[in-house]
Amino acid sequence: MTRIEAVVNGKKVTKTVDDNRLLVTFLREDLGLTGTHVGCDTTQCGACVVNIDGDTVKSCTSLAAGANGCSITTIEGVAHGERLHRVQEAFHRHHALQCGYCTPGLIITAIDIIEKAQGPLDEATVRQELKGNLCRCTGYQNIVSAILDAAEKYAMSSVSKVA
Amino acid sequence: MNPFTLHRPSAIDLISAMLASSSDPKFLAGGMTLLPSMKLGLITPSDLIDLTSLPAFGEISNEGRRLSVGAGATHAAVANERRIRELCPALGRLAGKIGDRHVRNRGTIGGSLANNDPAADYPAAILALDATIHTDRREIGSSDFFRGIFETALDEHELITSIEFEAPERAAYAKFPHPASGYALAGVFVCRGDSYVRVAVTGVGSDGAFRLQELEGKLEAQFEASVVDTIDLSALEFFEDRHGSRAYRENLVRVMARQAIAEIAAVDGA
Ligand SMILES: Cc1cc2nc3c(=O)[nH]c(=O)nc-3n(C[C@H](O)[C@H](O)[C@H](O)COP(=O)(O)OP(=O)(O)OC[C@H]3O[C@@H](n4cnc5c(N)ncnc54)[C@H](O)[C@@H]3O)c2cc1C
Ligand code: FES
Ligand code: FES
Repeated sequence: MTRIEAVVNGKKVTKTVDDNRLLVTFLREDLGLTGTHVGCDTTQCGACVVNIDGDTVKSCTSLAAGANGCSITTIEGVAHGERLHRVQEAFHRHHALQCGYCTPGLIITAIDIIEKAQGPLDEATVRQELKGNLCRCTGYQNIVSAILDAAEKYAMSSVSKVA
Repeated sequence: MNPFTLHRPSAIDLISAMLASSSDPKFLAGGMTLLPSMKLGLITPSDLIDLTSLPAFGEISNEGRRLSVGAGATHAAVANERRIRELCPALGRLAGKIGDRHVRNRGTIGGSLANNDPAADYPAAILALDATIHTDRREIGSSDFFRGIFETALDEHELITSIEFEAPERAAYAKFPHPASGYALAGVFVCRGDSYVRVAVTGVGSDGAFRLQELEGKLEAQFEASVVDTIDLSALEFFEDRHGSRAYRENLVRVMARQAIAEIAAVDGA
């Protein structure tokens, strides 16, 4: 057993977990944050992607105990109250989802791609950076359009990159 | 996943006591190979010793052109680190092509080398760079390190601490990724210095990555992509599977070698 103290979506969480507890199970079952999905369980699909201390990680292949002292953002933590994150808005606007199973991981990934981009994003880069996130429904076209659109809106906003 | 006890040592010298008190311990680095294998029940260690909490384990430093990369450096760190970009950009580009961005954020150079997957990217670079692998017990030259598929010269519970090499004047890596897994169906790393050329190949050898000495000799005489057409690969042990026949893989090695050589030649010409 390991005692972990972490900040999840801005809130401090203290729990004791079995050493073999996966981070995704911890989030879904111990914290009730079921937006993070398990799609493949073989570290391929990215449905389980969350952001840990500023980097995207597959939570199906991370230990909960390893998150001690970390700050974690899941899909539940990106909107600002009733107001969607601008990447969520862009996905909505572009109809960038069908069943929605892959969407939480894709949004977390998309935010990170946009925030870490060195200069304007192009379609080829977005497609390449989406390699770790599989979508079985959409064919990606609308996802890519949504990310490029959101990236442009980020660039236009001089205030802040958040939300 | 099987139950195990997790240890998070804060210093290397604490590890030996942890190993001694465990029945079947394993090191955990990025977990990108170990945890999937454990989830499938392929291995069931009693204890995991998490290396990511060791201070400075992923540090990248240099003295002149001599680079030292900590075993815990993630693929993302190798891809983005300023010193590697300046002194050995080909290694950074190789790291940037491993897996996907989430795998690169966790997977480490030490874990990849210890694992020695026959289709992994780093082994080609380590051989061509003629790197030295430092462990908690000794130094191992790259030519002695790889011992066949998923086998290395590491003794049981020997810990890779860092990888060290002299940055070559020029280097390039060309990889043909497996379209589904992204691992190398064939990858060729070429290094050129003042008086030497070193070429190493991953993805195709039935004993894992290897140096292509015949090509090295010919390139030392004449550094041109066309030289690749004159070498004979028939004596080398290739593996064949449903992803590629021997003839297909031989051809891929030639195509990747030509690409890497042409990339270096283009920098020369520029
Ligand atoms: C979806 C996916 C795609 C991938 N694509 C590629 C690819 O294109 N190319 C590629 O090369 N690889 C690829 N990989 C593998 C990836 O690079 C892994 O990160 C790597 O094989 C293992 O490194 P790790 O740090 O995650 O080690 P772990 O999984 O933590 O450990 C692997 C093994 O090494 C041992 N070990 C770890 N660190 C040390 C050390 N310092 N000293 C001694 N032993 C140690 C462990 O005990 C374990 O046996 C991929 C993996 C995934 C999941
Ligand atoms: S569930 Fe984690 S990568 Fe698919
Ligand atoms: S919308 Fe169904 S998997 Fe992507």
